[in-house]
Amino acid sequence: MGQIEWAMWANEQALASGLILITGGIVATAGRFTQWYFGAYSIVAGVFVCLLEYPRGKRKKGSTMERCGQKYMTAVVKLFGPLTRNYYIRAVLHLLLSVPAGFLLATILGTACLAIASGIYLLAAVRGEQWTPIEPKPRERPQVGGTIKQPPSNPPPRPPAEARKKPSEEAAAAEGPSAGPQTNPIPVTDEIV
Amino acid sequence: MDAVWFGLNVFLFVDAFLKYEKADKYYYTRKILGSTLACARASALCLNFNSMLILLPVCRNLLSFLRGTCSFCSRTLRKQLDHNLTFHKLVAYMICLHTAIHIIAHLFNFDCYSRSRQATDGSLASILSGLSHDEKKGGSWLNPIQSPNMTVKYVTFTSIAGLTGVIMTIALILMVTSATEFIRRSYFEVFWYTHHLFIFYILGLGIHGIGGIVRGQTEKSMKESHPCKCAESFEMWDDRDSHCKRPEFEGHPPESWKWILAPVILYICERILRFYRSQQKVVITKVVMHPSKVLELQMNKRGFSMEVGQYIFVNCPSISLLEWHPFTLTSAPEEDFFSIHIRAAGDWTENLIRAFEQQYSTIPRIEVDGPFGTASEDVFQYEVAVLVGAGIGVTPFASILKSIWYKFQCADHNLKTKKIYFYWICRETGAFSWFNDLLTSLEQEMEELGKVGFLNYRLFLTGWDSNIVGHAALNFDKATDILTGLKQKTSFGRPMWDNEFSKIATSHPKSVVGVFLCGPQILAKSLRKCCHRYSSLDPRKVQFYFNKENF
Repeated sequence: MGQIEWAMWANEQALASGLILITGGIVATAGRFTQWYFGAYSIVAGVFVCLLEYPRGKRKKGSTMERCGQKYMTAVVKLFGPLTRNYYIRAVLHLLLSVPAGFLLATILGTACLAIASGIYLLAAVRGEQWTPIEPKPRERPQVGGTIKQPPSNPPPRPPAEARKKPSEEAAAAEGPSAGPQTNPIPVTDEIV
Repeated sequence: MDAVWFGLNVFLFVDAFLKYEKADKYYYTRKILGSTLACARASALCLNFNSMLILLPVCRNLLSFLRGTCSFCSRTLRKQLDHNLTFHKLVAYMICLHTAIHIIAHLFNFDCYSRSRQATDGSLASILSGLSHDEKKGGSWLNPIQSPNMTVKYVTFTSIAGLTGVIMTIALILMVTSATEFIRRSYFEVFWYTHHLFIFYILGLGIHGIGGIVRGQTEKSMKESHPCKCAESFEMWDDRDSHCKRPEFEGHPPESWKWILAPVILYICERILRFYRSQQKVVITKVVMHPSKVLELQMNKRGFSMEVGQYIFVNCPSISLLEWHPFTLTSAPEEDFFSIHIRAAGDWTENLIRAFEQQYSTIPRIEVDGPFGTASEDVFQYEVAVLVGAGIGVTPFASILKSIWYKFQCADHNLKTKKIYFYWICRETGAFSWFNDLLTSLEQEMEELGKVGFLNYRLFLTGWDSNIVGHAALNFDKATDILTGLKQKTSFGRPMWDNEFSKIATSHPKSVVGVFLCGPQILAKSLRKCCHRYSSLDPRKVQFYFNKENF
């Protein structure tokens, strides 16, 4: 399993954990369970985790599929530099974030999932992986359909008659799919001064 | 088929919900819990139903067998069997949804139980909660929280239902996060190994209900003290001369195992069958290393018979004992071997190619399971066939084109095709130069037979730049294409389907044209649109049919 970038799976797991934390937090707060303030914390922590994990990092090998609209969050996450690039920091951060949610039954599932994500990030960090932002590619591809270039159907303009040493052979060799020798629609003049 | 399944889900949910919401047996339980009891039980029933279904679509040998015996069945039924993975995912999403409902409902339930345990206001709820857990008095308790000091977390992790619930949910979440399209495509091994956590899910589900935490009033107690009569007078239950005695409760017996027993047995049979089939000897008759690291394996196996467009699963024990990877068959059924072309696209494939590259050591042993998938016999039924292969989607067409050619040579009557238009769209031909060679040899054979017009193909390179185009422009006069060596010139960019379809429509004004695609969804949309646009309103004139089959 040499090529696996664990950080990619950790990212999916952390994103899912964020959503579970938010859901558990909403249930606990809305139901006014005992110690429901942990639920409120859980919602905030869940939102933070989701925002942090939404932009997918760039794969080392191969192309990476971006999540929809992730470029805005990429810009923000990029700002923190080494804090977000380093996966050790992320592993520790997720572990710390998950602990308070463990006090409440409604959010304990989020704790477990986030802790697992933290573990996978630790594995990724040990293997030297890093978060690199996906930069937008400069658009140089032309539009579909409008610019299919067919190979030119006319041969290049020929120098005037004086320069041509063997006109008969040239004419024979010039046969291609287009029928017959080329006649220039516009008279070609030599512009050598 | 999916609509039937969805309808059943809705029906089961509503039915169970009403049962728990209205039945007298759960009257007292509802007094503590409210409607969340019915929610939890309804979602539990749907979970049982879907857990039963989820193992079935992945029993590919069983499905193949069903399809084989059903060869006289309608084609739509057989096609359903092929969309097994789609159905598996759909059922999985439903399981996730119902898990969420079930957990949320039970969170509210536990909170209600906890509150009524701690309540000292003498309400009906608190009295019901006080019913003893003492086995001597029959153990007819209602509230699983035995003492006011017990927290819900403690009860969760010390009861079988709670513990198995947590384990199952974590297993489910890990399975889902490792099965997203991105992870599956890029790191297949992570998906494959993590997905085996389903064993914990199934085991957990089997024993989840053993504790009998869902309590309803016993029959005997209902006869003696029916809630309609006695609920009002709950303060007097302990009085000697009251008509109503304390209600007694019993747990609901576990029923999940009844739902999942048969599918589990079928799945075990499936794994045994896969193992048995994999032990059958596969003889590798030829190994070809194509440029751009593509390995072709030609093999033979006793009793193996294939049809066009099918795929096999391949395992190489010396590389990985447990991994099975799918590959489309690239040989035609008329040939006396079957072949696959393996591209280096990940750990396993690269190791395999490296193992075969060693010329001086013995060839690694290969195990094969299959073939699976719908045969794409429809291709042979159309007078004019438009085949579009994009990127790696070109692989099944190798099989199809070869088969069409064999049938044509033998003047097979099953072959109605008179003309084929083949569009090959890819970024660059590097990894498919073997397909290139196939087209070249087909071209040659057609010339020899004098049937040059039978196969029309066009190659579109979408990964071009001005260098390539300039090069092509300079070599325009040459008879063969500079990039591929084929007689047909390569075009650059994506095909303009409107032009292509209108040309085909004008050349075959009275034919039925079948359009087959193996490629991305976006392409499917544009082709379907063109089919609608260029099919004439007159049914006797040209008609385009877009075939939704995914090879």
